[in-house]
Amino acid sequence: MPKDHDGIGAGSKRREDVRFLTGAGNYTDDINVRGQAYVHFLRSDVAHGKLSKVDTGAAEGMPGVIRVFTGADFEGVGGLPCGWCVTDRHGQPMQEPAHPVLAQGKVRHVGDPIAAVVAETAEQARDAAEAIEVDIEDLPAVIDMKAAVQDGATKVHDDLSSNLCYDWGFVEENREAVDKAINEAAHVTTLELKNQRLVANPMEPRVAVGDFNRSTGEHTLYTTSQNPHVIRLLMGAFVLGIPEHKLRVVAPDVGGGFGSKIFHYAEEAFCTFAAKAVNRPVKWTSSRSEAFISDAHGRDHVTRIELALDKDNNFTAIRTETYANMGAYLSTFAPSVPTWLHGTLMAGNYKTPLIYVNVKAVFTNTVPVDAYRGAGRPEATYQLERVIDKAARELGLDPIALRRQNFVTEFPYATPVAVEYDTGDYHGTMDVLEKMADLSGFEARRKESEARGKLRGLGLNCYIEACGIAPSQLVGQLGARAGLYESATVRVNATGGIVVMTGSHSHGQGHETTFPQVIADMIGIDADMIEIEHGDTANAPMGMGTYGSRSIAVGGSAMVRAAEKVINKAKKIAAHLMEASEADIELKDGQFSVAGTDKSVAWGDVTLAAYVPHNYPLDEIEPGLEETAFYDPANFTYPAGAYACEVEVDPETGKVTIERFAAADDFGNIINPMIVDGQVHGGIGQGIGQALLEQCVYDENGQLLTGSYMDYAMPRADDVPFYDVDHSCQTPCTHNPLGVKGCGEAGAIGSPPSVVNAVIDALHSGGHKVDHIDMPVSPARVWAAMQG
Amino acid sequence: MPQVSMTVNGKPASGNVEGRTLLSSFLRDTMGLTGTHVGCDTSQCGACVVHVDGDAVKACTMFALEAEGAEVATIEGQAAPDGTLNAIQAAFQEHHGLQCGFCTPGMVMSAAALLKDNPKPSEAEIRDYLEGNLCRCTGYHNIVKAIMAASGQNVGAIAAE
Repeated sequence: MPKDHDGIGAGSKRREDVRFLTGAGNYTDDINVRGQAYVHFLRSDVAHGKLSKVDTGAAEGMPGVIRVFTGADFEGVGGLPCGWCVTDRHGQPMQEPAHPVLAQGKVRHVGDPIAAVVAETAEQARDAAEAIEVDIEDLPAVIDMKAAVQDGATKVHDDLSSNLCYDWGFVEENREAVDKAINEAAHVTTLELKNQRLVANPMEPRVAVGDFNRSTGEHTLYTTSQNPHVIRLLMGAFVLGIPEHKLRVVAPDVGGGFGSKIFHYAEEAFCTFAAKAVNRPVKWTSSRSEAFISDAHGRDHVTRIELALDKDNNFTAIRTETYANMGAYLSTFAPSVPTWLHGTLMAGNYKTPLIYVNVKAVFTNTVPVDAYRGAGRPEATYQLERVIDKAARELGLDPIALRRQNFVTEFPYATPVAVEYDTGDYHGTMDVLEKMADLSGFEARRKESEARGKLRGLGLNCYIEACGIAPSQLVGQLGARAGLYESATVRVNATGGIVVMTGSHSHGQGHETTFPQVIADMIGIDADMIEIEHGDTANAPMGMGTYGSRSIAVGGSAMVRAAEKVINKAKKIAAHLMEASEADIELKDGQFSVAGTDKSVAWGDVTLAAYVPHNYPLDEIEPGLEETAFYDPANFTYPAGAYACEVEVDPETGKVTIERFAAADDFGNIINPMIVDGQVHGGIGQGIGQALLEQCVYDENGQLLTGSYMDYAMPRADDVPFYDVDHSCQTPCTHNPLGVKGCGEAGAIGSPPSVVNAVIDALHSGGHKVDHIDMPVSPARVWAAMQG
Repeated sequence: MPQVSMTVNGKPASGNVEGRTLLSSFLRDTMGLTGTHVGCDTSQCGACVVHVDGDAVKACTMFALEAEGAEVATIEGQAAPDGTLNAIQAAFQEHHGLQCGFCTPGMVMSAAALLKDNPKPSEAEIRDYLEGNLCRCTGYHNIVKAIMAASGQNVGAIAAE
């Protein structure tokens, strides 16, 4: 009999924890292949320049050096591909520059790899890299986005017409109607803001180990990836010309990703290429300093948003103009982030009838920018929820009432920005939030703070996101060069145990615990009988990996479909064993029974029969019990919620402290509430980090001033409070078999606006009429704002 | 290359190292104890915290040769020989104090050092002590809660877990 509580809805403790808590995890840097050599990349220390000399002669003579590679070794090898082509306002494809594995002729950002030394030890490789003689003819660095698109600006890529990647309008047909609505509005609130550049900073730096088996011609790449099959396809087909059946990509335990480990990076291609070239396994381990100048960055939008309201305070139109930094090259999914992951969410939780979003994506001499937790949706939420708060203040309205008045309440709801919300209950999450946040007690708390000389502020916001990425045919029309289904194979063993091979990838999400809960529920067996395998292209069917809060909604659905096939076949076997009609077979608590009788056979009897088919309908079905399914979602999922933050501001120093934080989310059905809570906690931690602490700073020469943990302010334990989270408001997704929506990004999307709204509220309570402070809301910025 | 000898998790350990070899490299590369993680190069992240003669030390900030003759404890030596998790490890699992697991060895070793000196730390004392341990997954909520629970405090009143 199954245990009482290890199915859907149970807060099962994580089985993966034991290995992580005892030092037995198997991260990529823990993998050492016999005979491996080590690589060190020589990276550009200037933002923009012509490579006039790369002399490797001295380095090649250094102790332990096996070979030194430069861009010349990669002539004729493909560049790093971009996985999404955006079409601009005029129907033209975006400008798409080449992205060589090692720089060819020019360097375009600090950190651009120029050469790579392969040596016997990591220290020897590093020593030799210092002996490479490089002459770079400096070119002006293009850093500021608006300056980059001025006439006459220095071009990052000489072969492109300008630094403008694309000028995107959405929905272009609405443009004139939006302009008209704004011109005729009773009130228009305008806000200009920045969503600053961040670094994802998973605690595990990236690592790649390339291996080549000369006797079989097979390549293996061990890499820190959220999606090993995607890496196999991109690197094999577009960069190195290796067919998939000769290329295995393994992403073992991965120490966090947050988007930054989705993308195909030069170091992966290099290690795979070099392993064959030097006939040795080749390993690269990023230092943290190297990560800051080689991991794709996130966010970096500059936006002007206008919100139009009629005389009754109904939202009538939204118009935005955003400059989005692409960095020096197009990272794998970079073009999709400011467009389809951002523009489509500009309706938020509100029934604004007319929306126009303009995005200018710009090349600069900075590290490439791509998806970071939330990816486009935090940028949309932040501008929308900030401008609504500003509108409420300008009009003297209660910010909650203004939001409630404009909520979408009927579903399905087709937004004016091309998506259809299948379900939701925005009043429901706001009701939960109002209780959690104890709004009626706020004034007393404010007085208590004031008695201590502090200003107290309350900020709220709503959010909605599009998750469960994504319907393949839809994203194909939008420019994706990939399908976004997910896969699973459910392999039942003779004695009844099950191995699920999923294309989803866990790098902290706990799939090894939650996915078995689903199967345990479907069959009625202990979750302990089910094992999850992921992260190895040699085992799992072609899968698209984990990002966009898609694992349970898409990967879980694929697993359900495969398990349904298994159960259907097992019922046929059970019917045969009990000499009954298949239509009468029921499966409950791991027992197949014949309806209306006391006949039954156990799960294990049926699985054994499948593999020892002596008494078995071989003329009707094959032996064995293993099924694969691919699931392509019909729509996105739409998690939504309402968040509240209370801050104290020290008027003497401008320092902001988070005093309370409450999050009310609607994730649809929940598989493991403990893990869902943890996902929200982590997202809020990152959101508070963005709101108060984190930012990438480049100087005018393109030097990254925040290139280590000494300079880039990561949130620490004493920067954040305990969070109050609740997901009791549940409107199940209508189009996937589990009714789930995904929870991985909500916290990071939903939290920054409430923090900033709270700071502005605190300052107003102290008589400081401050409309806006850009993130991070640092003590210096708050203090300066208070001085007027 | 000079030889270094120390005791690691109660067993003698020695190897030849360069003068510049860090204790973290000695543990990971020479001893094969890959539970000690390296997450940065500026002594900020704390994923590499081990105990040297009973004190919490960032193993990336100490040369292997400096540990000559020392008693070193790593994450691999924290559970009982039969695999039973110690109280801190068990509390981290019970309260979901880890997600990707990369910072976890350092968190557990730091927590052990804290509780040795301060058996019942307050929330504020825990948060202050963890200044040198970065986690990017948990938002620290469940780490702080787990350490409070491991010290025998009732954490039932703390919001969701």
